[in-house]
Amino acid sequence: MLTYALVGLEPRRVEVEAHLQKGVPSFAIVGLADRACQEAKERVRSGIVSAELEWPLRRITVNLAPAALRKEGSGFDLTIALAILAASHQVPFGSLRAHAAVGELALDGRVRPVGGALVVAEGARRAGIEFVLCAAESAGEVALAGVDPVPVHHLAEAVAYMRGDWLPASPPPLSPTGRVPVTCPDLAEVKGQRRGRRALEIAAAGRHNLLLAGPPGTGKTMLARRLPGILPPLAREEALEVTRIHSVVGLLPSGQPLVAEPPFRAPHHSSSMPAIVGGGSGPSPGEASLAHCGVLLLDEFPEFQRPVLEALRQPLEDGVVSVARANGRAVFPARFQLVATMNLCPCGGRGDAAGCSCSAARLAHFREKLSRALLDRFDLVVAMPRPRAVELDGSGEETSALVRERVQAARVRLEAGPPRMGSEARPLLTEAVEKLPLSGRGRARVARVARTIAALAGTEEIAREHLAEALSYRIPPELTST
Amino acid sequence: MKTDRGYRVLTRRSADYPELLAAIHDPPKQLYLRGDGSSRLLSCPAVTIVGTRSCSPYGAQVARRLGRELAAAGAVVISGLARGVDAEAHRGALEGEGATVAVLGCGIDRDYPRTHSALAQRIATSGLLVSEYEPGTEPAPWRFPARNRIIAGLAKVTIIVEARARSGALITADFALEGGREVFAVPGEITSALSRGTNELLRLGAAPLVDPEDVIEALGLEKAIAPRNVLRSEEATRVRKFLADQSASVDELIRSSGLAVNVVAAALVELELAGEAVCAEGVYRLIR
Repeated sequence: MLTYALVGLEPRRVEVEAHLQKGVPSFAIVGLADRACQEAKERVRSGIVSAELEWPLRRITVNLAPAALRKEGSGFDLTIALAILAASHQVPFGSLRAHAAVGELALDGRVRPVGGALVVAEGARRAGIEFVLCAAESAGEVALAGVDPVPVHHLAEAVAYMRGDWLPASPPPLSPTGRVPVTCPDLAEVKGQRRGRRALEIAAAGRHNLLLAGPPGTGKTMLARRLPGILPPLAREEALEVTRIHSVVGLLPSGQPLVAEPPFRAPHHSSSMPAIVGGGSGPSPGEASLAHCGVLLLDEFPEFQRPVLEALRQPLEDGVVSVARANGRAVFPARFQLVATMNLCPCGGRGDAAGCSCSAARLAHFREKLSRALLDRFDLVVAMPRPRAVELDGSGEETSALVRERVQAARVRLEAGPPRMGSEARPLLTEAVEKLPLSGRGRARVARVARTIAALAGTEEIAREHLAEALSYRIPPELTST
Repeated sequence: MKTDRGYRVLTRRSADYPELLAAIHDPPKQLYLRGDGSSRLLSCPAVTIVGTRSCSPYGAQVARRLGRELAAAGAVVISGLARGVDAEAHRGALEGEGATVAVLGCGIDRDYPRTHSALAQRIATSGLLVSEYEPGTEPAPWRFPARNRIIAGLAKVTIIVEARARSGALITADFALEGGREVFAVPGEITSALSRGTNELLRLGAAPLVDPEDVIEALGLEKAIAPRNVLRSEEATRVRKFLADQSASVDELIRSSGLAVNVVAAALVELELAGEAVCAEGVYRLIR
């Protein structure tokens, strides 16, 4: 019987063989199975008995081939049970050939969903297998891979199906285009902060990385959390890729197998390096990959461990994370949009009327943590001073839906052919490079942002005012110098 | 005279030993010099600009502007390479393409603070790093007040930009007054702790620094006429009008001017490039 093990995001074919011999009844699983996998013994035995099937009182050996590949997790349970049942002639052997299976067994024989069902199903499709037995909750995911899911609730159902006595109810029709109601908070709730809102819109339109800096309580996080709400939905290819990653870590909500909206991840600043970029003994994707095609929000950016921040430079540059571990290496896609928030100093008082009480040395240390190389990855940097009371009284701000329409239109224009530098804008760029501390990378960044601004304005050429606005989002000197 | 490590030394007997410094109560026996600037630089009309290390954006911007304009007018800008006001004054002088001298409280080969080693390097290419201590001397807290007497002694005019009630910059002011030099203080808000020291100096009779031209006059120099940039856009002129009353954030300017967010942002960049405005922590301020 076939199933698939996960190596990173890739399915590896695993053949599950069961052999019954005469001798003292025993049960062994061989083939580099990890602990969760070894414990399958108990679950499989109880499951088979609970399904009112016979547990063969023989010497049972189950082999997971290839033996050299490490197998992890509980997804092999269903396959192992079916293999044993076939070996003891309780399930017709021939029916196993056209099927693969994935699922965990409960002690009462129920079939539970496991992470990575989509990847297993993709492996099956590539091998030309048409049917995949899986938990009912995983049916939607499996169907996405282009194979027919056989959703079973209980091991007894799986056996009945194999014997040809039972057919599963046809799975509910999938609506991959059906949008999940966006749970993201709306921009209309943000009062004032026109500057921040504008930066958010530009970031959304051009997929720019955004850094919001200011004293605590000025609405940095509030704004950042509203970015997913103004992003256009994912394209089909992107959605599949994101779904695969989320499936592997078991994050897919049941009933909504396809992730159609850009994901939003906001790991806490105490997160470890493997949690952010991916890792673990059999490498599994981290937050950076879970945010693929979506938004990675790093709140209190300078509070993250320095190595974690530096490790993010690879995905920010290449859009992938490659993790090498003793048990294999994996490449995870991680093309996310980075949004970060930070205070202007460790005590947070800077930029506020109360003033800052940090010592000069402490401040210098704080700024040193933000390496130039890392700051250079932010196309847009916005300093957010504390708004005055009158600004917070304002009402009738735009809703996310309105902004999203503009973002979508700008994306279409950017894809059709990005706006070109106009003759009015070019001298301004030269002047800016001369007069401001603007590195070569900074210059490229400003040009990129100016393109997006022009696209939002709907023009074919970058005008002088577009470039000037782009320049206003450059890294402010107070973040780098002391 | 040159030392074996390539640093120059000025002793009391050297012809280039600055006259003004020789006139103070206890002039240093020798001065170690590092940098490509001539040792005659120390005898040129000079202005000392000092202030607190933890300065406000206002203090930083004023220090920079003073450094720039006074250096452009031909004054040598003297300061102590410390964080905050000192560093901004040096940077301003470099921007104004004038000469600047950093007086250290440690050996001239010790760029202290370390974060300013690049700045020290830049100062050394056209100006001087000066110390009375032998190269290799480590920084120590008690050396800094002593260093301040040299900072004050080298210049005819001393400007205190921002100082708390008991700031080290006030020691420099005392040395300057003792030596009969002119002391200017930059007025600050009476509610700001960072201006307590400078406002106190004003009460005691220091000259308020309202226009850099006063200093240029006191040094007997002529003002370099800075070409005033013509603002290209109408919006920039309009935004400038609103900034003239009060420093403001982009959001505040949107509200007071009624212009759109992108227009205000673009106008502010025009003002920055024209050298009319600067931004710190999201708040824009006119500097001219």
